[in-house]
Amino acid sequence: MSALTQQTLPAISPRLRLAVFKFASCDGCQLSLLDCEDELVSIAAAVDIVYFIEATSHVELGPYDVALVEGSITTAHDARRIEEVRRQSKFLVTIGACATSGGIQALKNWANHEDFLRAVYARPDYIATLATSTAIADHVRVDFELRGCPINRHQLVEVLKSLLAGRRPRTPTHSVCLDCKRRGTVCVTVAQGIPCLGPITQSGCGAICPSYDRGCYGCFGPAAQPNCDSLADYLVSTGTAKGTLVPLLRNYNAAAPAFRAESDRLSTAMPGDVP
Amino acid sequence: MSKTRTIKVEALSRVEGEGGLHVRLQGDAVEEVRLSIYEPPRFFEAFLKGRTLAEVPDIVARICGICPVAYQMSSVHALERALGVAVGPEVRRLRRLLYCGEWIESHTLHIHLLQAPDFFGCESGLELVARCRDEFQRGLRLKKHGNELLEMLGGRAIHPVNVAVGGFYRAPRRDEVEPLIPAFEWGLEAAVDMTRWVAGFDFPDFERPYEMVSLSHPDEYPMNEGRIVSTSGLSIDVTEYERTFEERQVAHSTALHSVRKDDGTCYHVGPLARVNLNFDRLSPRARRVAAEIGFSVPCRNPFRAIIARALEIVHAYEEALDILSSYQPFKPSRIELNHKAGEGCAATEAPRGLIYHRYKVDADGKVTFAKIVPPTSQNQGQIEDDLRAWLPDILSENEGQTALDCERLIRCYDPCISCSTHFLKLTVERGA
Repeated sequence: MSALTQQTLPAISPRLRLAVFKFASCDGCQLSLLDCEDELVSIAAAVDIVYFIEATSHVELGPYDVALVEGSITTAHDARRIEEVRRQSKFLVTIGACATSGGIQALKNWANHEDFLRAVYARPDYIATLATSTAIADHVRVDFELRGCPINRHQLVEVLKSLLAGRRPRTPTHSVCLDCKRRGTVCVTVAQGIPCLGPITQSGCGAICPSYDRGCYGCFGPAAQPNCDSLADYLVSTGTAKGTLVPLLRNYNAAAPAFRAESDRLSTAMPGDVP
Repeated sequence: MSKTRTIKVEALSRVEGEGGLHVRLQGDAVEEVRLSIYEPPRFFEAFLKGRTLAEVPDIVARICGICPVAYQMSSVHALERALGVAVGPEVRRLRRLLYCGEWIESHTLHIHLLQAPDFFGCESGLELVARCRDEFQRGLRLKKHGNELLEMLGGRAIHPVNVAVGGFYRAPRRDEVEPLIPAFEWGLEAAVDMTRWVAGFDFPDFERPYEMVSLSHPDEYPMNEGRIVSTSGLSIDVTEYERTFEERQVAHSTALHSVRKDDGTCYHVGPLARVNLNFDRLSPRARRVAAEIGFSVPCRNPFRAIIARALEIVHAYEEALDILSSYQPFKPSRIELNHKAGEGCAATEAPRGLIYHRYKVDADGKVTFAKIVPPTSQNQGQIEDDLRAWLPDILSENEGQTALDCERLIRCYDPCISCSTHFLKLTVERGA
């Protein structure tokens, strides 16, 4: 879950060559690029989009300056494909929770894979998948991670603008909790007793859930130095069942190390109540 | 003996998700057409088991980033039926409003960025900018309206956070709704102009004897409710869906194929089916523009589905404007739920067509069974059938061109491959 692992930015061609790749995912994060309605035409004027299957039939081979990678690794074929994407790309950015932490499909990491196959397919033998869903960084070096389920399109534009300007992208790592204070949202946990992951979840969404009278459910994954034990212990002490907290932590960023450790801690303390 | 040749499209472009096409010919005779979906499976139906029903709308949204509302709508209606509750008229109207936002966002995306380039010989919407700058910019503005409506009512456009079993977490305030009204007044006129533009495209002469299937409601254009009807006269309650249609697994796809159970044949869902089966319930403005451009039903040309999509955008603008203008905040924004064991199913109309969900829940409010049938798995057999019928018309020595033509036809369905894999990757060819 590191941010930039490289100290210096790679030299980028005069016209930035941008590629977008998809692995196991819902398409929502790459759609965020097409959802930049105000910026889309300028982006297309500033960079060469040379591989983006969802948006264009125009396909060029690598190397690429920047690869945006959506989705997690769930098949042996994809595990090989991401290595090739890495070889071809100077700067690799994972976009979204699937690419960054394995996504909701990482729930199968806790389950019996054969049972999952049988639950969906009458002929599981037709289906070739790995038993796990893993983040891109578990397979190859990642230069920058954009969090979120889905990502915030303004952060995506910030990444592209930064790379064009030759500087490191700036995305905040503080918690959603701080954003609620900034926008003046009354705390749903304190005022209404609703369990909320805001104190341990990274900023980026704009703290929307509490503004709609519900608790944060962790779309942007763990914030910097999250104190998950403390939050969970507080919520349990004020009446939230552990059986509620485990699934709250095990959703779109279930396999992010801090969330995984906390949900495992809680479920070990209370076996039989795990989803 | 005539030679065997194959035409392959390794990766279909300008569709949502990843799939390929494999055609085998014996001379000029089409031997096999396989739309292969090789998206990796994601197993939603498996990991929904054991989750609380309140989490379901958030989880199923993640099946598709383009039509999350469709998944949320089908799930909340199915779960409300399982609990034996029904929402009031205020929630009902807001759900239609949310669907209007998704139809506008998804349909404008498909028209301008995915399909229109085919009618201009362009490789992408961004290339189309050079040819039709004003039309493309207008399309982006309409698309933005759809997203703004989803953001206002849902909290965000992709994976909205405000949809709950029983209603909404919070009903919007009047001051959140107001700013959208002038935008939608402009948008309605712009959508009418867009429809005229689309109607002027050059459509291949290709008609199919489709069995079209959609929801139908006596008083309104179908979104969240209605009976399931078809062009051959089918009219069933949603609870009869699984007795009438079934999903079959095929070796070349991680997506299941839906067929009619009685004779194993394919059927067609989506905007063209909805418009054909519910033409008289389109909004007045949508019907007027249809008359003006000379669009009438029955229309069985899949390429003209883009006109059906445009008419639905006009309808969505007109209906959204009506709901936005008359909206008054209400409380409570959702009904209290009392957990009990039960089972419920529902079908709604996703941008790409009928979407069916069925759930069983236990007395603790936990899901014990989930079944989801997205539109693209229902259309998959129909797409292959269309290709078999069209290939003899488009076969040429230039196989690259034939492959491009096949892609054009596939794109008419706006297939969402991410959805249709329940969730798998489809190059599971098990040869000798």
